[in-house]
Parts: sequence; structure tokens; C-alpha cells
Amino acid sequence: MSPAKEDATAKPPVTGRRIRILIGKPGLDGHDRGAKIVASALRDSGMEVVYTGLHQTPEMIAEVAVQEDVDVVGLSILSGAHMSLFPRVRSELVRRNMEHVVLTGGGIIPAEDVAALEQGGFAKLFGPGTRTEDIATWIQTEMTKRWSAEGTTR
Amino acid sequence: MTKQAHTGHAGNLRSVDARAEWEALIKEARLRPANFTSISGAPLKLLYGPEDAEIDADEDLGIPGAYPFTRGVHPTMYRGRLWTMRQFAGFGSAEQTNERFKFLLELGQTGLSTAFDFPTLMGYDADHPYSEGEVGQVGVSVSSLEDMQTMMAGIPMSEVSTSMTINGPAPILLAFYIACGERQGVDPKLLRGTIQNDILKEYQAQHAWLVPPEPALRMITDVMGHCAKHVPQWNTISISGYHIREAGSTAGQELAFTLANGMEYVRRGIAAGLAVDDFAPRLSFFFDSHIDFFEEIAKFRAARRIWARKMRHEFGATDPRSWMVRFHTQTAGVTLTAQQPENNIVRTAFEALAAVLGGTQSLHTNSMDETFSLPTEKAVRIALRTQQIIAEETEVAHVIDPLAGSYFVEAQTHRLEQEAEAYFAEIERRGGVVACVEAGWIQKEIHRSALTYQRAIERKTKKIVGINCYEEDESRNTPIELHRIDKSVELAQRERLISLRARRDKARVEKELALVRGACRTRENLLERFISAAHADCTLGEIADVLRQEFGMYKEPKIL
Repeated sequence: MSPAKEDATAKPPVTGRRIRILIGKPGLDGHDRGAKIVASALRDSGMEVVYTGLHQTPEMIAEVAVQEDVDVVGLSILSGAHMSLFPRVRSELVRRNMEHVVLTGGGIIPAEDVAALEQGGFAKLFGPGTRTEDIATWIQTEMTKRWSAEGTTR
Repeated sequence: MTKQAHTGHAGNLRSVDARAEWEALIKEARLRPANFTSISGAPLKLLYGPEDAEIDADEDLGIPGAYPFTRGVHPTMYRGRLWTMRQFAGFGSAEQTNERFKFLLELGQTGLSTAFDFPTLMGYDADHPYSEGEVGQVGVSVSSLEDMQTMMAGIPMSEVSTSMTINGPAPILLAFYIACGERQGVDPKLLRGTIQNDILKEYQAQHAWLVPPEPALRMITDVMGHCAKHVPQWNTISISGYHIREAGSTAGQELAFTLANGMEYVRRGIAAGLAVDDFAPRLSFFFDSHIDFFEEIAKFRAARRIWARKMRHEFGATDPRSWMVRFHTQTAGVTLTAQQPENNIVRTAFEALAAVLGGTQSLHTNSMDETFSLPTEKAVRIALRTQQIIAEETEVAHVIDPLAGSYFVEAQTHRLEQEAEAYFAEIERRGGVVACVEAGWIQKEIHRSALTYQRAIERKTKKIVGINCYEEDESRNTPIELHRIDKSVELAQRERLISLRARRDKARVEKELALVRGACRTRENLLERFISAAHADCTLGEIADVLRQEFGMYKEPKIL
């Protein structure tokens, strides 16, 4: 199936402006079923989605986020290395003046780690069993909030 | 039940009448608003009969332990010996894994199965920058022969069989194991076990690779060649459908891609000058057991029949052991839910039962808490006890292939065989498995199925208890105890490596690495060089670096 075709038939996002999101796979973890499903579903919901592919360092992910000028970065990890890799992605983004980016993610992440990461700059983390529609809706709501606060549609 | 059904002597005429009556009845009947397909999306009839399962008892079924092995690979199956209960384990440091291994052996487990961490799986030492935060997380960190010796300390290597789930660097880890055995005084001829060493499915699904396909396949034929002569009881490849299925494929795709990969290894072995019957008996398989009970049983039966036919008729193998699909099974990790996690015990039990009824040689049952973290001892114990209950209490292990002759199971076995054949033809048309991997075609097929399944869940045409039906307020769930890997594991592992690097004979290390480099450029057997390098305390990362420099890094094709 062609991604371009899906884009064309997708319904426009509620904000009237297309949300740009980077789905990233930090670290050596090879589990990409979830990341690819979420990427496809968000594309179907009308967002512009860039997927990094596997085995990315935090620096590589932050660099793509800058180049693609994304609004949202979503990280997927199932290797247990989230407490090391997620904060490093965040600091690499901050180092590149990208702290305005909405940081989210998901994977096999215990609840207490979710709480800690949500304290540390991650807006929301999603666990196993989440509906992709719920992720799309959450991102759209979050971006609508931010954009209306900024009062801009650049 | 109608009166006619009770009349045992009903002639053809009456059963035809009854059939017509029943068909008329179900046309009018109201059925539940459910999606009556297999979990892989295959349409299912309400009833199967002889017309759906036209099998030739000799050609399609045979007898247990004989071609085409549909009914099982051993003449006595589980009356002779139960399946091996082999729980996949490994985490943290080599010492911690050594303790878990001993714990499992004490519980009555009969074989070891090693999980490595991601740095090890990708061929990086614990002190490489890429390894930061990952050391010991999803498996044990093994960077050197010394780590392997620690992991196997006090475990008699001539007696246990050890399975190692590793692929890209599998030949290097096997070299560590062989060298470790030699240090314990064990002749390599006595070593029993398996390395996964199935690189094709890594490119397709699991994604832990070292170098591009061609040099990776050359290392695999080096392993097959060396082991045929020197480590004859070792299973040199565990051709794996598990990861393909977990990545989202259907049952038919799992079967097709796994066997297509297997046939590619056979072609490569033959092309490398090996006689098919010298290496094919040491090929083993690894399948998923998903939640669709009958489809899975049919899949295992179909796998045996297809492989036997291919090996005998296409590859000209004459040793019956070359025709056999001996396989390990793991219950499906993807069917576990984080919601109401105790329900996972039940799912795993059904999946394990399907594996047993499908004739598996060994089995891993997942623990209920694996959607949160590595399993705790308590959860692992329940998972192992699940297998023991099937073996000791249910009485299902007494009769071989008990579902043979079921119209439904035979029809599904046939259907899956045909699905696999269609994929074999398509793969060939596309230039073979390696060409399909490089084009991302197999990866796209798997992704397409994963998306279809996800949509079915979200539209509730497929149901998962606790996810899209019978949901509960999650705060009502009993909190699950977590098994965490302490950060100190990574630090200690780095220190051990630093100390090893300081202690060892540096000139010897350099010499061995140069010999590995030389072997990359010739046809010399790489496994032999790795064993020699292992004895000189060359590390995994150092050997893998030489391979990456000589053969290049693999870059995945973009499919999204």
C-alpha cells in the first residue's frame, strides 16, 4: 500500500494545520511492530509522519527532529533502557532549542517509570493495549491546545 | 439433537436428508454478530465434514516417526519422552543468570535457554557507547569467554543442553561456548544445544543484525561446516517463525517465511559444498504458539509435512533426519495483556496446550508479568508449572497426534500448506528470500498483517478480554511486582571488561584479530578463527568490529 495514497484520503486534522510528528526508535531495541503501527495510524489520521527506522542514538533522533521541524516526537522502546534513553533524547532536543516539541512515547514501561518520565519532560506515555485512535486524539488535542495558546498558525 | 442423529444405522439417504434439513435450518438461524474467521483472517465454516478433508492416509499423514512426519517426528512421541521444558532466561550479569539457571534446573527444568541483552545481540561490548542503559536489561550481557565461563559455572556442560538466542554474532557466541566447554574439559563432540543463528528472519522481523546478508550467510555455512565435523550434536540454526509472528504476521506467513528461510539455508549449505545430509539433520525450528488453538495445531502439522516433502523431493536428502521438523515453541508474547495480567496465565495455558497437541519437542511458556518487565521468579514458576500440569495431569500426552482425522484440523493443515506454497512461488518470482528482504517486501507483508489485526482489535471485530471487552478500571488491578535490573550491573560489567583488557596478552589479542580479518578475505572457516580468538580473550565487540569493517554494516530498507 502506498503511504502517499493514504495521506491523500485521510481526513484533515481538527486544527486545520497538519501536525508533523517524528516516530523514533532509540537504542538497540529491534521491536518495531508498535512504532510502525502507530506511524501508519497517525498518517491515516492526517498527520505528517516521519519514522526514523531502528537503532537510533538520541543525537540522531534530535537531529532529524530539527531537520524535519516536527511538532511532536514519539519514542518507542521495549528494551528496558527507557530510563537512560528517553531523558537523553529530551536533553538532545533541548540542546537544539527544541524544547517546545511535544514529547511522548510508549512501550514496555513500568508505571513508576512512566510517572518519573512524565515529571521529566514527557507529556504522556502510552502502554500496551492502547488504541491508536486514542493516541491520535490525544496528540490532536494537545496540539490544538498549544497552538491556540500560541495564537498562531505559522 | 434430532432423533435422526441418534439412529446409528441411518443410511446415506437419511443422512443426506438430515444434512439438507440442517442447512435449511442454519440459513434461517440467527447467529451472533461476530467475525467468524481464524485469528489470521481465514474464513471458517460452521461445520467441517469429510468433503473438507480429503486426505490420503499414507501420503498426507503416514505414521509417527516416518515420512512425511505429519503425525510427529518420534515413533513414541511423549510416551517415550516428554517435551523439554525450556524456559528462556537471562538478565543482568553472568552471575545473576548463572543463579537463575541453577534455580530453573532445581525446579525440574530440563534444558537451558539463554536470553542476551541488546548490546550482545548486536555485537557490542558492555562498555561501548551504544550499550549505555541497555546492559543486562532484556538478557544477560556476555562480552567475553570469561563472561561465558561465569554464566556456566558449576553447570555440567556435557550434561545440559543449552539454547542461545542470538543471531548476528551467533558464531562468536558459539565460539565462546565451545571454548568454555574446552576449559571445563568437555570435548566439543559432547556439547548439546542450539544457537538461533537465523539471520534471515532478523532482517525480516527481529532486527538484531551484524553485517549484510551475504557475509552473514557465509558465516552460517561456516558454522554448519565446522559443527558437522566437530560439534555434531549441536543444532546449528533454529529457523524461527516466532519473531515473524510476533512482528505481526499471520499463521500462514509465519509458516511460509520460516520454511522459505530454511530452504535458503539448505541451498547455501549445498552451494558451499556441503552434503545435504551432513548438515540438514542439525537444522531445527522455532515457532510461535498463538491464541487460535486449532490454527496453531494445524500449522505445526503442516510445517512437518511441507519440510519433509521439500527436503526429500527438492533437495534430494536421503537421511530421514534431514526431513524432520524438530521444533521449539514459545507461547505468544503479543497475546499477553497489561490489563488484568493474571488472565495471561490462562492464555499461556491454551497456547501451551496447542503446542503439545501439535507435537512440539520443547516449550517455553511466557510469564504473566512480561508486559511490564522481565518475569519475577513467582511468575516464572507458574509458567513452568503450567507445562507440568499439562504433562502430568491432563493426560493429553499419552496419545500421539490426537487431532489427526479431525475434518477441521486436517482442512486447516491443508489450507496452511497451500498458503505457504503460494508464498514460496511468490518469493521465487521475486528473486528469492534475500532479494525479498533487500526490497523490504517480506517486511511489508508482515507490517500489512499487523495493521489489519490492529484495526480488527480497534473495530472490535476481534476481541481481547480486558482490551476491547470486559474492561475494568485499571486501578482495581492488584499491583504486579516488578523485576528490575539495577544500574550497578552495567557499571560492574564495564569494570570487569576493563580489568580483562588490562590482564590479557595484548600481542596475542592483536594476532588473533588479524587472523580473523585474514579469514574474512579468504574462504577460511570463520568459526575456527573465532574459537581461537575466544581463547585469547578477544571480546565480542572486538571480533564484531573486524567483521563490520570487513563486511560493512547492514542498512534496513525503508518500508514506511
